[in-house]
Amino acid sequence: MNSLLRIQAIFIKELTQLKRDKMTFGMVVMLPLIQLLLFGYAINSNIRDIPVGVVDHSRTGLSRVLMQTISATQVVKFTEHYTSEQQAVTAIARAEIRAVLVIPKDVSQRLARHRTLGLGTTSSTKGETSRPIAQWVVDGSDTVIAAAIKGLRNMPLSELLRKPVNRNTPTFEVALFYNPEQRTVVNIVPGLVGVILTMTMIMFTSAAIVRERERGNLEMLITTPVRPVELMLGKIIPYMFIGAIQVIIILGLGHIIFNVPINGSLLQLADATFLFITASLTLGLVISTIAKNQLQSMQMTVFVLLPSILLSGFMFPYEGMPVVAQYISEALPATHYIRLIRGVVLRDVHIFEMTFDVYWLSIFTLAGLVVASLRFKKNLD
Amino acid sequence: MNDIAIKVSKLNRNFGDIRAIQELDLEVEKKRIYGFLGPNGSGKTTAIRMLTGLLKPSSGEVEVLGLRLPQDAEKLRLKIGYMTQKFSLYNDLTVKENLQFIAKIYCLPSRLQKTRIDELLNIFGLENKINQLVSTLSGGQKQRLALAAATIHKPELLFLDEPTSAVDPENRRDFWEQLFDLCDQGTTILVSTHYMDEAERCHKLAILENGIKRVDGTPEELMQQMGVHVVEIAASDLRLLKQKLIKITEVITAAQLGARLRVLVKNSISDPLVFLKKQKGIMPGDRLSLVRPSLEDVFVTSTGEGRQ
Ligand SMILES: Nc1ncnc2c1ncn2[C@@H]1O[C@H](COP(=O)(O)OP(=O)(O)OP(=O)(O)O)[C@@H](O)[C@H]1O
Ligand SMILES: [Mg+2]
Repeated sequence: MNSLLRIQAIFIKELTQLKRDKMTFGMVVMLPLIQLLLFGYAINSNIRDIPVGVVDHSRTGLSRVLMQTISATQVVKFTEHYTSEQQAVTAIARAEIRAVLVIPKDVSQRLARHRTLGLGTTSSTKGETSRPIAQWVVDGSDTVIAAAIKGLRNMPLSELLRKPVNRNTPTFEVALFYNPEQRTVVNIVPGLVGVILTMTMIMFTSAAIVRERERGNLEMLITTPVRPVELMLGKIIPYMFIGAIQVIIILGLGHIIFNVPINGSLLQLADATFLFITASLTLGLVISTIAKNQLQSMQMTVFVLLPSILLSGFMFPYEGMPVVAQYISEALPATHYIRLIRGVVLRDVHIFEMTFDVYWLSIFTLAGLVVASLRFKKNLD
Repeated sequence: MNDIAIKVSKLNRNFGDIRAIQELDLEVEKKRIYGFLGPNGSGKTTAIRMLTGLLKPSSGEVEVLGLRLPQDAEKLRLKIGYMTQKFSLYNDLTVKENLQFIAKIYCLPSRLQKTRIDELLNIFGLENKINQLVSTLSGGQKQRLALAAATIHKPELLFLDEPTSAVDPENRRDFWEQLFDLCDQGTTILVSTHYMDEAERCHKLAILENGIKRVDGTPEELMQQMGVHVVEIAASDLRLLKQKLIKITEVITAAQLGARLRVLVKNSISDPLVFLKKQKGIMPGDRLSLVRPSLEDVFVTSTGEGRQ
């Protein structure tokens, strides 16, 4: 009873302080909003309109049609013409273009003799039967861009020769569930919830106790009968509401602006989010009991935040990581939450079908609360 | 035994090489105002923090209200109030919100809360500041609020660490009136200060220097037992006279007070007036008179080592 009263006192105090702190309050709303727009529009692994150049040695109608056909894929956009390869390579080095298409003098002969595209097997006895018709020189440093251009390697050119489209029967049929249009944003937005919550929840609570210490309130607070665990709970409860507001902003706007579906039940979503918010908040509290000042607490927050962005499966698939990174990934609450929320939002799973993640978040929270309460000493030594 | 609120023996506290408190013995009676008088860095705050259970002693025994520290620190919390040297309430809350917060932390029943807060606002003259943000209060108002917060749960024992450092003399008198009221109601108060006039109001006091208790007792006792003669000299060139007098081994200190020089002479001299008149620098026309020692004289004599 007394305990509840004290938790309530701290809760109300925190809420009042938060209300007066316009900057933090603004961040609660603006941070998810801006991040959503940034990530939603900017991150896109379906690459379009890569600026490229061309060195056309043949200068025929064919080479022009070839370029038009390539442009029609929308993967690349021809922005520059060069007369020599050297010029083109310099342009790549200066990052004016990402790649250059070199069309050889004999492009029409090569096309004619080409095994699949060509007009038959007339010259198949000669050694040069199936040479590629032109060459791409690519700035390979960005693998995503390189891969997009590599994807052009086998593009069909039948149209070019006014031949009926040569449809090969594929070896496999691929059925794309959950995101049939392959829009990156569908995967990004639920993951973004995990990243934003990690950022704000840990940042707010990691400053919580440090701030009281810096402003001198702690000396008064620890002479009162308040217990560490009451202090911890009173401090995290207001932020649970804030976390909930942020989730609503991200998923709601994600649904409205980017048409991200919410296939699962909202209750399941709320359960998973509750687990994750409490886990992040207690992690913040643990940081708060370690850091000596707000700068240190900020640095430690970033220390957790970076791997949560990079290793949680938000940006890169977990399966592609080296084993060590996978271990780190498993330790982060964000990883488990991003799995859960993608499961619920995109695949309509029940969170208890993903028991491991649920247990892990619960245990993390309990352990965090215990560690923070134990670490918080009611003295100044 | 039951009349003793604080009993301390051989208390030590070190911070690395710094010996902040050394071999402190202390006995504070209940329902009394006990003062810690000492210059900056003398260990007043450190001593109070150990008595409230916020710092662990390096060695020594501490018993406060019959509870042994630091083991029973948690049990002590409800019985004591502590006003820290640095203002420690929330600047971004209003006066009322701060008091409500503290009231709830001490679990005052909700009906009592309102009456108690109104009562405190009335006693400390903060009624018209209820909804003002604490950051906008004046130094003196903040200090009164801090005292109100420290006494909200009617503690038996109150620790005040330099409570009047930002308060003008008028308000300081009012502040002390309130302390005496609390004392009359049965509260024991331990207060630290570096103002002589405040120290003189205490029932008993201890003078600390460099973590060592130099003397303790009632202000009267201290002044009587000081073992020094105090002579005031009215002369023309006081600065020159001072330079000459302090070179004499029997003279402890000399300090200028307006048109007079206040000279402390050791007890080994039986007639200080005759002794001083014989000294070089004293002119025949100078007037010398023996005066009653003040607490400041006590302070200067007992902390004099290492000075001048
Ligand atoms: N946490 C600490 N770490 C290291 N040294 C400390 C610490 N706290 C106090 N000290 C040292 O102990 C000594 C006593 O300090 P204390 O704060 O008790 O003095 P004080 O009498 O309260 O002084 P003031 O009148 O300035 O408040 C000082 O030399 C101080 O530097
Ligand atoms: Mg002090």
